[in-house]
Order: sequence, then structure tokens, then C-alpha cells
Amino acid sequence: MPECTMIEAIRMALSRALKEDPDVIIFGEDVGIDGGVFRATDGLTQRYGASRVRDTPLSETAIAGMAVGAAAHGLRPVAEIQFTGFLYPALDQLANHASRLRNRTRGRLTCPLVLRAPYGGGIKAPEHHSESTEAMLAHIPGLRVVIPSSPARAYGLLLAAIRDPDPVVFFEPKRLYRAIREPVEDDGMALPINKAVLLREGADVTLVAWGAMITEANEAADQLAEMGISADLIDLASLKPLDRGTIRSSVEKTGRCVIVHEAPLTAGLGAEIAADLAEHCMTSLLAPIRRVTGFDTVMPYFRLEAHYMPDAARILKAVHNVMEFA
Amino acid sequence: MATRKSTKKTNVSADELKLYYREMLLIRRFEEKAGQLYGMGVIGGFCHLYIGQEAVVVGLEANSKEGDKRITSYRDHGHMLACGMDPNGVMAELAGRFDGYSAGKGGSMHMFSEEKNFYGGNGIVAAQVPLGTGLAFADKYKGSDNVTFAYFGDGAANQGQVYEAFNMAALWNLPVIYVIENNQYAMGTSQQRSTSTRDIYTRGEAFGIPGEIVDGMDVLAVRDAGEKAIKHCRSGKGPYILEIKTYRYRGHSMSDPAKYRTREEVQKVREERDPIEHVRGLLLANKYATEDDLKAIDKEIKGIVNESAEFARNSPEPDPAELWTDIYAEATA
Repeated sequence: MPECTMIEAIRMALSRALKEDPDVIIFGEDVGIDGGVFRATDGLTQRYGASRVRDTPLSETAIAGMAVGAAAHGLRPVAEIQFTGFLYPALDQLANHASRLRNRTRGRLTCPLVLRAPYGGGIKAPEHHSESTEAMLAHIPGLRVVIPSSPARAYGLLLAAIRDPDPVVFFEPKRLYRAIREPVEDDGMALPINKAVLLREGADVTLVAWGAMITEANEAADQLAEMGISADLIDLASLKPLDRGTIRSSVEKTGRCVIVHEAPLTAGLGAEIAADLAEHCMTSLLAPIRRVTGFDTVMPYFRLEAHYMPDAARILKAVHNVMEFA
Repeated sequence: MATRKSTKKTNVSADELKLYYREMLLIRRFEEKAGQLYGMGVIGGFCHLYIGQEAVVVGLEANSKEGDKRITSYRDHGHMLACGMDPNGVMAELAGRFDGYSAGKGGSMHMFSEEKNFYGGNGIVAAQVPLGTGLAFADKYKGSDNVTFAYFGDGAANQGQVYEAFNMAALWNLPVIYVIENNQYAMGTSQQRSTSTRDIYTRGEAFGIPGEIVDGMDVLAVRDAGEKAIKHCRSGKGPYILEIKTYRYRGHSMSDPAKYRTREEVQKVREERDPIEHVRGLLLANKYATEDDLKAIDKEIKGIVNESAEFARNSPEPDPAELWTDIYAEATA
């Protein structure tokens, strides 16, 4: 099985989707001839034609709006927004139309579009190129929010997102685009889009993370293992709808939970997970739930980035804190 | 503007003219009934009436064909009736009832019919313009010769996304007719106070999109302009703009202080330029219909509208469980 990076796995999934379904089209700024700002669509316009892999003007609102209209009439658009900070003009169309078409039409019209955007920090880019805005989107009923954390999951989840009948925001941790290589089979197999993934099993603490934070949490779990502390590591993968069951059953087993995300603390998705555990797993909890997150600050310029981003050391500190509690 | 004389017309048959009369009257009586039901509390939410603008949709629908699409903003009841949607389903939706087009979950601004290719009913001003452009994109991609009517108002014409859409439609030759229903007021702000351009359609020139001004109080003028625009789009020449000068008799919504224009102004349009009276005059002057014929049409329309009100009142409210339906493909409750 060939080894590949996340960006290659994404390209492979896009190519597979274009090949198997003539209704799949890709558009966005520079996705055609240039192959995308991170080269996710490199070579696709040459292979599938400019009518299917189409460069657009710099018009995020209309890119999203056109995608909704085209999806309502039976196409499966996969639109790319170059960075999460450029997504705001498209929010009007996502929140007011894409997410509600099914509800407004009693399910007679649906909006099977995917909006891909690289997200998160770690590549020394300025604020609007590095932010994590997943909670903002996960707050919108009717939208799915999916984030892969490895090449194989990027391939399987992106195929699932494209085949899904509902609108999906697919955030790609750009820090991982070329950081990991693993075997990915181009077998057209989608992964379940509503399931969290239990990446490693332990007994003492549950680590919940997604995107690039999986790498940090995994590193922390390795170090904990050396100290005799074993962790469940859950990759949420689908942030909305949220697979609450997988998180609850893990915490019922371990009694401790540390949630890790790059996004700022306040009203981040960690708050929702912590509240859910407090409501449903109170009697299993041995220690307070801890969150290791970005701060309630502007995403810093690159010299300060390392101080902002959660890392294995901060995760370890939080785990020791909950372990010491009980 | 001088009082319009109802003169003889040669480019329209008696049947066509009677059809336009009937359809415009249906919209007007339906809207009057909706206004009444709103006052009685049967209809909630907001309610934006189309009275005065009837010739726009009826004129444009005259040349549409199977598979053509339409999408508009929140003043949408007329568009739905003109494309053949069921008055019962529309009225029930206004009343928030289960038998409405959106099961009582969409309301006045959010109804759809895949059968009639009506894509809403959209509450966000101008957001329907890129959506309509996307519909046209899909038609072109699929190789059909259908066109999309993307309706918006003079107020929406000042939103940036309209011009993002114009650019893409022109760039890719999309079969979309942008219909600017210029009723001269963006809620309470007149065009003069809000818009730098006197003729809004001229903004299309910057994108190479042809367009023209149409008298929206004359259904035949609208029909003829529509025919030309449709022909342009269907033959693959790309988008077209119709700026249709029309007039809204009622307030922006049901609560409108109406400080932005005088009663006299409204009265004058009603008396001198009413689109329904215009056709009525033509029918009589050309002896296409007698007073008795028209009375019979009035009576029939009254029956349809009363039935829609009855239907709405008798339809059940949505079950509370409906809160949780149609959020995602699978149940999430």
C-alpha cells in the first residue's frame, strides 16, 4: 500500500469522487490551473477538465452561494476556501441557506455540498490564516463539521463528506498536510461521518482532541505511558453532530477527562463536551474535567505562536493535575 | 405620469389576456386575504404583500417553460402563485400549519416547490442572487436549455454579493435572468436616498450584461421583455437584466409607519397605473370579455382564495416532534 501525506490523501479522495460521480464539481480560488493554495487539487483540472475543477473569482460569498444553488439542483459541489479567516463572507450562505434547505423543504431539497478549508496554526502564518473557528460552525444546526487528523482519515472522511446528503464543512489541519506519511489505499471506502475514533486505549484518563492536536495528545500519551499512566485517546473526527456516546463511555471507564483544542477557551467545543460529561457522567468522574486550549486572545504572529498552541507539555501538566486530584 | 388609456392591442389573444387578468387577480385577492388573516392573528411572523406588483411575475411566467427555475426574496407569495403552486399550501404555510409547503416550519419567507422549480422564498436580502446563479450553473453543467429567474429588489441591488454573482454569470455565460423588481423603496428608504445609480440595470454594463427598463405596471410590456430575455439566455448568450419598474401599494411588511411617502403618491399609482385595471380595460375595450365574464372570474378567484383560508385554518399545527425533523438526513433527537 502506498504511503502518502494528508494533502496527497485529500487529492486522492477528490480525484476518486470526480471519477465516480459526474455530479461532483470542484471550485474555488486557484483550485484549477494552480492546483490550490496548498496544492490539494494539483493536476485535477488537467485530468477532469476546467468545467469540473474550476477557478473562481475572489468572491467567497458567491462561491458559497453558487454551491448552495448548484447543490439544490442536484450537483455535489466541493468548494475550497483558502483559509478559515476568508470564510466569514461565506457564513451568510452557510448559516442562512445551506444548513436550512432540508428543514425548509421537509427534506425534499437537500444541500449536499462540501466546503473545504485549511484551518489551525503551526505554519507560521498570521492570525486569519491560522485560526480555529470550528466551534462557530458547529453551533449551526444542519451543518456538519468534520476534521481529519491523519492521511487515512482525511481520505475516508472526505469521501464520506462528499457522498453525504447534508452540507459539510471540512476543516483540514494544514500543519499536518505534509507532516505525516502513512499507508492509504485508494479503495473508495468512506469512513463513518458521525463517529469519533478511539485511537488508543487506556484506563486512567481520557484525552479528547481533533485535528493537529491529536499529534500533541498522542505524544503526551506516549510520555504518560512511560510514567505508568494509560490514556484513552479519542479523535472526534466529526465535531457536529457530536458522537457523545463514545466520549461518555470512555470517561465512565477512566473517570478523568482532558480536552485539547487549538481554538480559544471560551465557548470552544471543549465547553460543550465538558458540560455533556458533567450532565451525564457525574458519578463516574474522579476529578474535574480540564481543558487545554488556545487562549482568549488574537491568534498571535509567528514569534509568539508556540506560546499560544497547546502542546504535549501543557497536556501532561493537565493530566498530572487531574491524576493528583484523585 | 398621465392616466393610461386602455387601447386596443393586437399582439395578445383574448385567452392570453384573460389568463393574465385571472392570475393577477388571484395574487391580489390572495394577498388581501393574507393581510386580513394577519390582522386576525391567524398568520404570524412577518408578511410582505405583493399587491401592486402582480404584472411582474405574471408577465414573466407567460414565456417560461417546463424546467425553468425561479428564486426570489421574502416578498414571494406572488411568485409562488404565478408559477402554479397551490394557494392552499401557501396560505397554510403562512399560518404555520402542517399542510403548508414547509410543514409550518418555513413561513411566509421560506417556501419551496421542487415540482414547480420554485427555490424560495429567501429571507436574507440579496442572498438569493448567488443561489439563483448556482441553479443556472447547474443547468448549464447538465446541458439543459433551461433558464433561472433570479428576482431581487432595488434594495437588494446595493448588496455586494449581487455583483459577485453578476461577475461569475457573465464570466461563465450562465443562463440567468436577473429581475430587479424596482418598487422604488427599500423598506422605507427611497431609491433616490439609497442608490447612486438612477437606472440600476446599467450596473450590469460593467460586467457586459445587457439589460433594459420595463414598465412593470403593464403585463404585456413585461411579457414581451421577458420573451426577449428568455430567448437571449436560452440561446446560450449568458445573463440578462430586466429592471422592472413597479410599485408596492402596501407597507414593506404589516407594520410600516409609511412615513417615507404620501398617501397621495400611492393613491395616484392605484388610480392611474394599476396593472389589473389596465388589463381589465383592455379586455373590455377589445370586447375580449364582457362585464359578466369578468364578474365570473372574480367570483371564481374569490372562491379559491376563501378555500385557501379555510384550508389553512383547518390544517393542524405542526406536532412538537417536528422541531427535530429534517435537520440532518438521519434523526438527531
